[in-house]
Amino acid sequence: MLEVSGITRIFGGVTALDDVSFTIGQGSVTGVIGPNGAGKTTLFNIITGIYNRTSGSVKLGGKDITGLPPERLARLGMVRTFQNIELFGAMTVLENVMVGLHTKSSSGLLACSLMMPWSIAEERRIREAAMHWLEFTGITGLADDTAGNLSFGKGRLLEIARALAVEPRIILMDEPAAGLNSQETLGLAQLIGKIRGMGITVVLVEHDMELVMDVCDRIVVLNLGKKLAEGTPREIQENAEVIAAYLGDG
Amino acid sequence: MKGNSLPMKGREFLRKKRTPMQLEQILQYSFSGLSTGAIYALIGIGFSIIFNATGIINFAQGEFVMLGGMLTLFFLELLQLPLWAAVPCAVAVSALAGILFERLAIRPLRQPTPINLVIITIAGSILIRGLAMLLWGKDTHAIPPFSGDEPISIAGATILPQHIWILAITVLIIAVNKFFFYHTISGKAMRACSYNRRAASLVGIDVRRMVLLSFIISSVLGSLAGIIVAPLTMTAYDVGIMLGLKGFCAAIIGGMSSGMATVVGGLILGVLESLGAGLISSGYKDAIAFIILLLILFIRPQGLFGKAESERV
Repeated sequence: MLEVSGITRIFGGVTALDDVSFTIGQGSVTGVIGPNGAGKTTLFNIITGIYNRTSGSVKLGGKDITGLPPERLARLGMVRTFQNIELFGAMTVLENVMVGLHTKSSSGLLACSLMMPWSIAEERRIREAAMHWLEFTGITGLADDTAGNLSFGKGRLLEIARALAVEPRIILMDEPAAGLNSQETLGLAQLIGKIRGMGITVVLVEHDMELVMDVCDRIVVLNLGKKLAEGTPREIQENAEVIAAYLGDG
Repeated sequence: MKGNSLPMKGREFLRKKRTPMQLEQILQYSFSGLSTGAIYALIGIGFSIIFNATGIINFAQGEFVMLGGMLTLFFLELLQLPLWAAVPCAVAVSALAGILFERLAIRPLRQPTPINLVIITIAGSILIRGLAMLLWGKDTHAIPPFSGDEPISIAGATILPQHIWILAITVLIIAVNKFFFYHTISGKAMRACSYNRRAASLVGIDVRRMVLLSFIISSVLGSLAGIIVAPLTMTAYDVGIMLGLKGFCAAIIGGMSSGMATVVGGLILGVLESLGAGLISSGYKDAIAFIILLLILFIRPQGLFGKAESERV
């Protein structure tokens, strides 16, 4: 599904990522973990086209997607969420999700601006589809609220709803549990399960070990820009090198 | 003044009549101010739409106003089209000019820093103006009014049918604009781009396409403004400079909102300018606009109404 091979990124003289390779299977949930500064977010930003890599390649379903801009990736079925939620703050919750359905809109600009009947019908279809995603993430009641006024936890759910509206094949989440309380984290774990249930591949960068061990099939551990280990949660928990990296002494 | 025909009691007469005369005059100036203000509002919205989509102040905006008027004239006189056909043709050609401008001047830029972009729009403006001068010469032209020039009298002041056309078309355009941005998916996508470009591209919105769209909409708005005002003020290759700057002024008063704030900004500017020109001296007409512009930039750079954020597009 997602094939990362030999990704290296050098910032000035600092090697942030050094020859990182791994493969993620269709429909799996994979966690990318590692101590602070391990290069997890840099890796995410390279996969999702926000940073450029120094060398290496990324393939999605066999297709080389290295260096493609985010909007192309979204159309190819790859979406992501951010650690610091990125929403359209002045729009309503529902509108935020409707914008996610933008790529599914077929009626052209002219039809829209002339308010043709079919574009109005489409607008209604998009509204209904957006409501479906709000229901899926459990924030239907907030549909008409301004996105900027949401609590952090609800904003996170909205960001996920909006990403799902793009109907992705794979969703990458950058620290989805950051800033959430334990109740919200529990809800998030269930939501990730539901997303996987729809056949969508999930990749997350996460610090919350409990969440990672709970929801992930496989875990990739990064340390100092290198891949340290890869395996099932159980294997990782028993890996001496990983324990050493986390406890700070090799 | 009729007072001149009464030499004996001239002074007395004038003094007595002065108060009602001035009220009528104020009404008269306000009416014409509102219609020029509506024009400034349309141009100002054009500025705001591009600014919100790209962060650029497009100083070529005025040239699309000029193109609207000059192209209408071209289609009317040289191709002998009726008005109802000439106007859409002129708007379409202006929109095409907007597309070319974005494609050839804005998009290829390697390092699109705001200052580079602003300089490019100024260069584009000079280029378009120069081409218009070569094509159509330096003469000032008039477009016939849309429906005659029989004045209509309202409460002692008179307005022309064209004033009504201007106000009605402006209201219609603003309504369509509002509908587009709030009730169509493309409009929502454009708003999304202006709020958070990174998030917009993440959900698959092609930001560059939205930038192009903003240039199309702005050139259409600008050319329409230029067309509806031409029967009143005449048109020439260089009308874009002043109209563009006045529209910019309206957008600044409105805090770069593409909604009602800029409309109100345009109307305030139009009325103040018209009253100033009528009651103080017509020589100060343009100065008034720029004094307002400077005052707003010094005192309230976020615009007269402050919270422009919620309706920025």
